[in-house]
Amino acid sequence: MPALSTAHSVVAPSSTSRWIAGTIVITYAVITMIPLVWIVLTSFKTPPDSIAYPPKVVFEPTLEGYCNLFTTRTRQPPEYIASLPPAEDVCDEIARSRNMVIAGPSNVVPRFVNSIVIAFGSTFLAVLLGTLAAYGFSRFKVPLKDDLLFFILSTRMMPPVAVAIPIYLMYRELGLTDSRLGMILLYTAVNVSLAVWLLKGFIDEIPREYEDAAMVDGYTRLQAFRLTVLPQAATGIAATAIFCLIFAWNEYAFAVLLTSGEAQTMPPFIPFIIGEGGQDWPAVSAATTLFLVPIFVFTILLRKHLLRGITFGAVRK
Amino acid sequence: MADVRLKGLSKTFNKRLAVDDLSLDIRHGEFFVLLGPTGAGKTTTLRLIAGLERPDKGSVSIGGRDVTHSEPAERDCAFVFQQYSLYPHLTVYDNLAFPLKSPLRRLSKEDIDVRVREVAETVHISHKLDSKATQLSGGEMQRVGIGRALVRRPNIYLMDEPLSSLDARLRSDLRLELKRIQQDTGATLLYVTHDQIEAMTMASRIGILENGRLVQCGTPREIYENPASVYVATRLGTPRINLLPAGVIPAGSEPTGTSVIGVRTEHVVLGDPSSSASKARIGKVERLGDQTFLHVDVEGHKLVLLADPHVALEADRAVGLSLRAPLFFAADGARIHAGQEARQ
Repeated sequence: MPALSTAHSVVAPSSTSRWIAGTIVITYAVITMIPLVWIVLTSFKTPPDSIAYPPKVVFEPTLEGYCNLFTTRTRQPPEYIASLPPAEDVCDEIARSRNMVIAGPSNVVPRFVNSIVIAFGSTFLAVLLGTLAAYGFSRFKVPLKDDLLFFILSTRMMPPVAVAIPIYLMYRELGLTDSRLGMILLYTAVNVSLAVWLLKGFIDEIPREYEDAAMVDGYTRLQAFRLTVLPQAATGIAATAIFCLIFAWNEYAFAVLLTSGEAQTMPPFIPFIIGEGGQDWPAVSAATTLFLVPIFVFTILLRKHLLRGITFGAVRK
Repeated sequence: MADVRLKGLSKTFNKRLAVDDLSLDIRHGEFFVLLGPTGAGKTTTLRLIAGLERPDKGSVSIGGRDVTHSEPAERDCAFVFQQYSLYPHLTVYDNLAFPLKSPLRRLSKEDIDVRVREVAETVHISHKLDSKATQLSGGEMQRVGIGRALVRRPNIYLMDEPLSSLDARLRSDLRLELKRIQQDTGATLLYVTHDQIEAMTMASRIGILENGRLVQCGTPREIYENPASVYVATRLGTPRINLLPAGVIPAGSEPTGTSVIGVRTEHVVLGDPSSSASKARIGKVERLGDQTFLHVDVEGHKLVLLADPHVALEADRAVGLSLRAPLFFAADGARIHAGQEARQ
C-alpha cells in the first residue's frame, strides 16, 4: 500500500471535516429514507400487521397487499370455497385463506396507465413549448419581453389550485373533465412557465456565436437551433423534464377535482383503496411503492444531467 | 471569391450608432484589415456583411449581387469568431465537416472527407481529428476555427479578432500561417483587429475605424507614414506617436493653424545640446530586451522614443533635440500638410 500523503492541502477538506460531513449527510439520508422504507415494508405486511401497535418491524412478509391492489374480491361461505378446485396462484390462495374469492382485476392498471400517459405527455409538451419559447425569449427582440416573462412567472405566484373552480367550470363547458387530454393540457399549462424560466437560463448560457457560425455556414435558424443549441441544452432540458414530470406525476388536487373515472390518475386513486373494514394499508403501500418506480427510474436515467443541471450556471466560465 | 462593396452602411444599437455611413470596397483577393479600438464598429461591420445583423441604411453587395436582405446562409461567407467558435459537443472532424454538411451544399461523404483531411493538414490538426473540441488547447481550437472557414471556398472570409485570445508566440505563428494560406489560395479576406502588428504584417490594405466611421483607408505604409488625423496616427507605431502642443520644439516650417505636432522616433534627431533646436533631458531608459524605450523630457513634456540598443545612454543626461519633418495636426485632429493652411 502506498504511503498516505502527508502533504497538507489548504483547499482539500481535512479527514475530520470530511468525517463530520459524511455523518451529517448519512443522518439526513436516513431520516428522509425512513418513511419510504416504512411504506415499502408495509406493502409486504398483512392488514393486521400493518396497523399493529406497537409497530412491527420484524414480520412475516406476504404479497397480500399487492394481490389486494390488483384484484377485487368477494366474500364467500367457507363451504363454497372448500368446493372450489385447488388455488391457481398465490393471490388466489391468500384470498381463500381470508374466506374470499377473486372476482376480477381492480382499476389500478388503467389508473397507472393514465398517470404515465398524462405525466409524460404533459412533460413532453411543456418541455417542447418551454424550449422553443425560452429560445425565442433568449435570442430575439420580443416586444415587452420582460413583461411577458414576468406574466409567465406570475402564473406560478399562487398555488394552481386557487384557480381550480374557474378551471373546473371551463373544463365542464369544454367537455374536458375526466379526459386525458384535459389533464395533459392542464399540467402543461402549469409546467410551461417553469420550463420557460429554467430553460431560458440554460439557453442564455449558450453563446450565440454557435448559431451565428452555423447560419453563416449555410444552415437556417431552425437547423442551427437543432444542431447547435439543442445538444448543448440537453442538460437543462433533462433537469427541466424531471421537475415537470415530478409535478405532473404527483399532482393531487386537480386530479381529485377533474378526474373520477376514465382519466383518473394514481394520486387520487391510491387513498381510496378500501379493503374490508376500512383502509387497506398494505394495498395502499403497495400502490405507493409501484407509483414510485417510474419516477425513480426516470430520475436515475437522467441523474447525470440533473446533477450538472441544477448547479449549471452557478459558476461563470 | 468575389469583391465586396459596402455602400452607406449604418447600424444603430439602442440609439447608439455602431456603424455610421460606412462605404468600402474590398477587392478580389485582397487581405483587408479593419483596425480600431473596442467599440469602433469593427465586429458590427463584419456581422452586417455576414448577414447576422440587418443594416438600418445602406447596402452590401458580394460579387456584384446585392445581398442586403439575404439570409446569412445565402451569402456564402465564412466567419471566424473571436472565441466560442467550435461546437463543444462535436469532434474536431465533425466541426470541420459541419459547414460542408449543410443541406445547401449536398456534398457526398467522400467529398467531405477529402476536404476535411486536406484542411486539417493545412492548419496542422490532423492528429487531433477524433478529439472532442473541448479537449483542445486554445491555439488548437482557433486553428480548427480557421480550418472550419477554410474548408469551404466562400466568397469572402470574415475574421473577427481570431488571434486575440491566444498567447503571443502562437499569435505570431498563426499570423504568418494565415498570411501564407491567404496568399496560397488567393482568398478575399476581411480581418478585424485592434492589434496594429497584425494589421501591419498581414494587410494588403488597412481601414481605420473611429466611432463607426471609416476615417482612412490605404496600404499599411501609407497609413503609417501619412495618417489623415491624430486618431489614425495614434493607431499605428510602437511606442505610440508623441503629441506635443505646437511651439514646444521649433519645427521649422510649421503650417498656420497647427495646434498639435506628432513626433515619432524617425522625426527626431538627438544631438549635442548646444547645436540643437531645443534642450532636453533623458529621463528613463527602458530596456525591454528587443527594444529600448527612451523617455525624454522637453520643456516639461514627455516624449517616448525608440533607441538603438547598442548606444550607451544614461538617464538624467542633457541632450539636444531637433525635429525632422514631423506630422502637423489642426485643433480638430485633422492633418495639415506642410505648406498648407488648416481647413476652417
